[in-house]
Amino acid sequence: MSIVRIPPVLRAATGGQKQVEVAGTTIREVIAALVTVYPALTAQLLAGDGDLNRFVNVFLNDTDVRHLNALDTPVAPRDTVLLLPAMAGGSETDGDLLFGCSCGTDGGPCSCPGRVAVH
Amino acid sequence: MTNQLLTGPTHPTVAPGLDMPGSATTSDPARTADRIVGLRCRHCGRPEQLGPNYVCAACFGPLEVAYDLDTVRGQFDRATIAARPAGIWRYLELLPLAAPPGRGLAVGSTPLIAADRLGPTLGIDRLWLKDDTRNPTLSFKDRAVAVAAARAVEFGMTALACASTGNLAGATAAAAAAIGLPAYVFVPADLEPAKIDHALAYGATVIPVDGTYDDVNRLCLEVADELGWGFVNINLRPFYAEGSKTIAFEIAEALGWRLPDVVVAPIASGALFTKLAKGFDQLAQVGLIERTPVRFVGGQAQGCAPVATAFAAGTDTIEPVRLPDTIVRSLAIGNPADGRYSVELARSSGGSIESIPDAATADAIRRVATLEGIYPETAGGVTLAAAEAARQRGVIGPGDEVVALLTGNGLKTPDAVGFGIETNPARPGRPGLAPVIPARFAAFEGWLAS
Repeated sequence: MSIVRIPPVLRAATGGQKQVEVAGTTIREVIAALVTVYPALTAQLLAGDGDLNRFVNVFLNDTDVRHLNALDTPVAPRDTVLLLPAMAGGSETDGDLLFGCSCGTDGGPCSCPGRVAVH
Repeated sequence: MTNQLLTGPTHPTVAPGLDMPGSATTSDPARTADRIVGLRCRHCGRPEQLGPNYVCAACFGPLEVAYDLDTVRGQFDRATIAARPAGIWRYLELLPLAAPPGRGLAVGSTPLIAADRLGPTLGIDRLWLKDDTRNPTLSFKDRAVAVAAARAVEFGMTALACASTGNLAGATAAAAAAIGLPAYVFVPADLEPAKIDHALAYGATVIPVDGTYDDVNRLCLEVADELGWGFVNINLRPFYAEGSKTIAFEIAEALGWRLPDVVVAPIASGALFTKLAKGFDQLAQVGLIERTPVRFVGGQAQGCAPVATAFAAGTDTIEPVRLPDTIVRSLAIGNPADGRYSVELARSSGGSIESIPDAATADAIRRVATLEGIYPETAGGVTLAAAEAARQRGVIGPGDEVVALLTGNGLKTPDAVGFGIETNPARPGRPGLAPVIPARFAAFEGWLAS
C-alpha cells in the first residue's frame, strides 16, 4: 500500500483524513484507487477525459511526477504520493476583448484559439 | 520624445491610510467594500468567500478576486486619483481592500523614464523604462506584498511568510517589520547572499532549503496548509497577485491615461505578466482609458525558460524545468504557476516570449547602467534583452512606443554585471577598475599614461 497525503482543500472528501493508504503500482493506479474509495475526489482530481486535472500537481516522494514518467511512474509499497494544487493566479479579464489580436481582430470576439484567455 | 522623467506625486508623510476612502479620517467604508464581490474560481467560476483561500474546493482551480466594476465606475475618476497622495493606494478602488492599511511601506509611484540613449541600441525609437528598482526594498515585489500583508492583518494571521527566489524575501521581511508581525522566509539554500542578508536585516527568520525554488514552493504549500501562516504568494496569492496591477495603473497614468503599443516584462511565475493585462483591462472597463491594442512581450532566462519554450513550440502546455541553470535567480522558477496564461496572453496579443542567454542579460544590464544610469538586477537585463529580441523578430515595429519593466535593483545581484566579460590579457583585472596605486601624483600620472 502507498501513502497518499491529502491537502486540506480535499479533506472534506476523505472524511478529514490527512493521509490515506491505497494500493497501486503506478501513479495512475494509485489515483484510480483513491477516487474509487473516495468518489467525491473525482471532480477535483480528474478531467473529463479521465486524465489528471491540470490544476493538480502530483509528487512521488517529493519529486514532481512530470520529471519522472508522469502517470505511468512506478510506485512501490510505502512510497508517499503528495497531491498539491498547481496554484495559478489566473489572468482572465472580466469584460470584452481588450487587445488587438495577431489574427486581425481588434477589440471584439475572435475565433483565434489563442484569444480565449483574454476574452 | 524628449528626455523626460515622468514621476507621480510625492508619497504622503503620514500613515498611508489617511485621507483616503474608508480610512480612519473618512467615513463610509461600506461604500468601498461593495465593489469587492469576493473570490471566484478562475476555472469553473464558483464563488468563494473572501479569506485566505487560493484553491477552488470544487475543481482545484485557482481563485482570484472578483470586483463589481460597475460600482467602481461610479466611484473612481482621473480627478479623484490625481488628488490623492503617491503610492499604490491611490488606485484603491481596483485593489482588494476596503481601505488603505493604517501601517505599511511607501510603495509605488515609481518613475517612467524616457530611455533616449538606450533605446536606439535596442532598435527601439520610443522606449520608456518603468523604474521599479526604487521601491522600498528595491523591487516590484513590494507592491504585491503590501496588498497581501494588509489582508493578512485583516484575517488575523500571526505571521507573514513566503517562498522566494530572493526579491520577495526582502519585501516580505520589510512589510512584516512595518506592521509588527514575525516573518518566515523560505529560500533556495544557494541564493545570492545579498538577498539573504537583506531579509535578515529586517528581522526575518530565513529558512534555507536544500533544493530549487520549486522544491521550496512545494514545501511551503504544505506548511501554509498546516500552520495557517500568511504565505503572501500561496494562501494570500489572490490578493498578492492583485498588487502587481498597480504597475499597469501607473504606466497608464504616467502616459496621460493611455496605453503603450508594447509592454515588456520578465516572466518567473507569470503572475506579473498576466496581471499587467488585467490592470489595463480594468482601467478600460471603469472608463479611465480608451481600449487600444497592447502587445505583451515576456522574457525568460534561457537556463530556465519553460514558458518561452511552450510559446516557441506553439503549445500552452508547460513542461517544467527540473534544474534551472542561470545567473537569473529571480526568474528561476521551473514550474511557473501562471505559465499557461502567460503563453496565451503573449500569443493572443501579438506579442512573444523570448529566451535570453545569460551573456545577453549581463550585457543588457551594463548597457542600461552605462547609458541611462539605472542599475537593474538580472530580471531587468532579461527584460531589455527580450525587447531587443522582439524588435529583431518584428514583434516590436519601428516607431512603436514600448514600456520595459525594470523590476529589481542590481545591488541585489552584484556578480551578474561582470558576467561574460572577457579580460584583456595585456590589461588584467576588471575592466574599468584600475590597479591599486600609491597616493602620489606621479603614480597617478604613470597609470594615466599606461
